[in-house]
Amino acid sequence: MYSILVFILLFSIWIVFSGKFDLFHLILGVFSASFVTYFSSDLYFTDRTIGFGARIGQLFRFCRYLVWLLYEIFLANLHVLKLALWPKSFPEIDPTIIRLKTELRSNYARYVLANSITLTPGTVTLNIVEDTLFVHAISRKAAASLDGEMERRIKDVFERPER
Amino acid sequence: MILNLVCGALLTIGVIIFFGAVIGVLRFPDFYSRMHAAGISDTMSTNCLLIAFAVYQLHDLSWPNLLVVGKIFFIIAFISLTGPTSTHALMHAGYQRRNITSSRPRKKRKRALTEEEA
Repeated sequence: MYSILVFILLFSIWIVFSGKFDLFHLILGVFSASFVTYFSSDLYFTDRTIGFGARIGQLFRFCRYLVWLLYEIFLANLHVLKLALWPKSFPEIDPTIIRLKTELRSNYARYVLANSITLTPGTVTLNIVEDTLFVHAISRKAAASLDGEMERRIKDVFERPER
Repeated sequence: MILNLVCGALLTIGVIIFFGAVIGVLRFPDFYSRMHAAGISDTMSTNCLLIAFAVYQLHDLSWPNLLVVGKIFFIIAFISLTGPTSTHALMHAGYQRRNITSSRPRKKRKRALTEEEA
């Protein structure tokens, strides 16, 4: 079941990249997509206990999360730009390392959290040890933005409790 | 016309953010803060520029042009994944070595007296 999904994903990527719709290229695409699916389909969705409908729900919630994340990135960008370009705000720079405990259980959710933190300018994940993230923040304001809102949203996407 | 305006605005924003990132890399006090400044150019400005290219492609709507837009969005996805990873790798390496020095002049600390001197 999942291998068919992987095949469809790979084949659509092939179509976007090749941009040719004649029979020869499509057959080549089918061959290569099925070949890659054959030897690496078990790498793509590691947790296969989740049902198919839940997976699609996750995808939609993840898209909603991405929109929110883009907005946050925009705000944080303005803050770092202000730090860089506005001479009076230079004393605001106060690099700190923060220890952040997460309640996220799966490795993938932790990875998404760490990557989102790094993607937001002003905060970078240095290290993850078990359930503790070490985050480097450039100023007090950037450090204050790590108030658990992001983690709550990621938890809502990946580890929503079953009803 | 509107497309041109949107495209130009996005390009301008991207270039301004890039400029800020360059100034930040030069001005910020230590290695980690400089990595923060380099990180902005990764996420926001590159994405702004690439989205501007995608908008420019929409001038004449044809199937190949839409495919190019799709490819540009693939590039955006890859950059959003690899940019933070490289920033994290550099900062993690610096954090482990712990000998990244600040370019801000440090106060000279008095050396503790050794036993022979005392």
